[in-house]
Amino acid sequence: MREEIIVSGRMNHLIDPQLHIWHWHIPLYLFLGGLAAGILFFASLYTILGKEKEYPTAVRLAPFLTPVLLTVGLLALLLDLNHKLYFWQLYTTIRLESPMSWGAWTLMVVTPLSIVWCALNIKVLFPAWDWKYQWIWDLDAFFRKNLKVISWILLISSLILGVYTGILFSAFNARPLWNTSILGPLFLTSGLSTGAAAIILMSKNAHERHNFARIDLMLIGIELFLITHMFMGFLASTQVHIDAASLFLGGPYTTPFWLFVVTLGLAIPALLEVLEIRGYKMPVFIAPVLVIFGGLMFRFIIAYAGQVSRWLY
Amino acid sequence: MRYAMAVDTRKCVGCSDCVVACQTENNVPIGFCRDWVVEVTDGTYPQLEVEIRSERCNHCENSPCVRCCPTGASHYAEGGVVLVTPHKCIGCGACIASCPYDARYPHPDGYVDKCTFCLHNRVEKGLDPACVSVCPTKCMYFGDLDDPNSPVSKVLKTRKYKTLIPEAGTNPQLYFLI
Repeated sequence: MREEIIVSGRMNHLIDPQLHIWHWHIPLYLFLGGLAAGILFFASLYTILGKEKEYPTAVRLAPFLTPVLLTVGLLALLLDLNHKLYFWQLYTTIRLESPMSWGAWTLMVVTPLSIVWCALNIKVLFPAWDWKYQWIWDLDAFFRKNLKVISWILLISSLILGVYTGILFSAFNARPLWNTSILGPLFLTSGLSTGAAAIILMSKNAHERHNFARIDLMLIGIELFLITHMFMGFLASTQVHIDAASLFLGGPYTTPFWLFVVTLGLAIPALLEVLEIRGYKMPVFIAPVLVIFGGLMFRFIIAYAGQVSRWLY
Repeated sequence: MRYAMAVDTRKCVGCSDCVVACQTENNVPIGFCRDWVVEVTDGTYPQLEVEIRSERCNHCENSPCVRCCPTGASHYAEGGVVLVTPHKCIGCGACIASCPYDARYPHPDGYVDKCTFCLHNRVEKGLDPACVSVCPTKCMYFGDLDDPNSPVSKVLKTRKYKTLIPEAGTNPQLYFLI
């Protein structure tokens, strides 16, 4: 039997584990960023379509989550940095080749806008709210006058944020599992799906819930289609990509992926949503909670499995 | 100018002198290294072949690490040498995740560190990199590929060589003589 034994002088606990450079911070941030992008996408979309009254949770209530989600996500990102006090160097340059650079700039647009969006809707939570100072009222009036413009900016930047969470990974050719351009659309779809699920969870309006259940169902369908395509692409590609796919097809990530992401996070909620749309009565929270759980697991599994997948030489 | 290095796998005995020289010259923190020795045993017993390689950053012409660096800390310096500017590096780890050769590590001071070909501390003064200068079997060759008389150009003209995972598309500048 032909054998190949590789002994590296680097077998050193301080060096070899560095292959696994990203821990819980990055997948958690990608999940929170995707979720926030999803919520903001629907909020701005229905504002542009003029359907604020029809979908009040999506437009007014759910966006209150987003500054919190983004702040926690950014905090996780900061904790991940090794050179934390130098984080501002991100904002001294724009590097179009680096997804992390334009992602950082996108966050710089989305995060303040999410806060503005909440401020404009603050009376939903606190009906007696008063801004106290005239200049804040002037600012409020300015944003209200330009709501359509803000909605368009938010719509586009939330889509970029959603795609970027996937492209961040797909830019690394050293990790074959991540190195697929389908990861961008896949993470975007997953982010929109978790956003729709969060809106379903918060909504008290049956018409709105049904609409988002339908949207979520469609997004789950797209996700399953993209996942299938990802594996088809891997299996038709080079040995390292086949090895990357086999992490999920018999390898160590098979059970977590197919059980938690595909079955619990996609298939079962899809089934429950079909039943709900058809009029069966069941607790409404099960499907969206599963979707959100599946989205979180998906990012953790892709982040961890990607760092196992590598070129061999 | 294009700096490159060639390592003769037929001469290298895997003594790790290059590793120690680098750690000493560059004040590499204890427990870390910028270069390392890999020993590959290949074949069917009893016909086994051993290849020993002294490996380090490949100073790729199409570097994934430079491409994905969000701040421009990873950059191409003189002669195509890939360097990290510590005060620009935020330690995000994108370059570590992007390197097919796993040539980088997070320095305990926070920034990401790697082989520099000893550009500022030795090469600019006309010296060879520390690893090359100490090799007891003289298995390493360094120099400018644009200069036909540099040691590396000369040896690559006469010997068979390979690079590591050229299929990764990085165009590495660390050559292994075979």
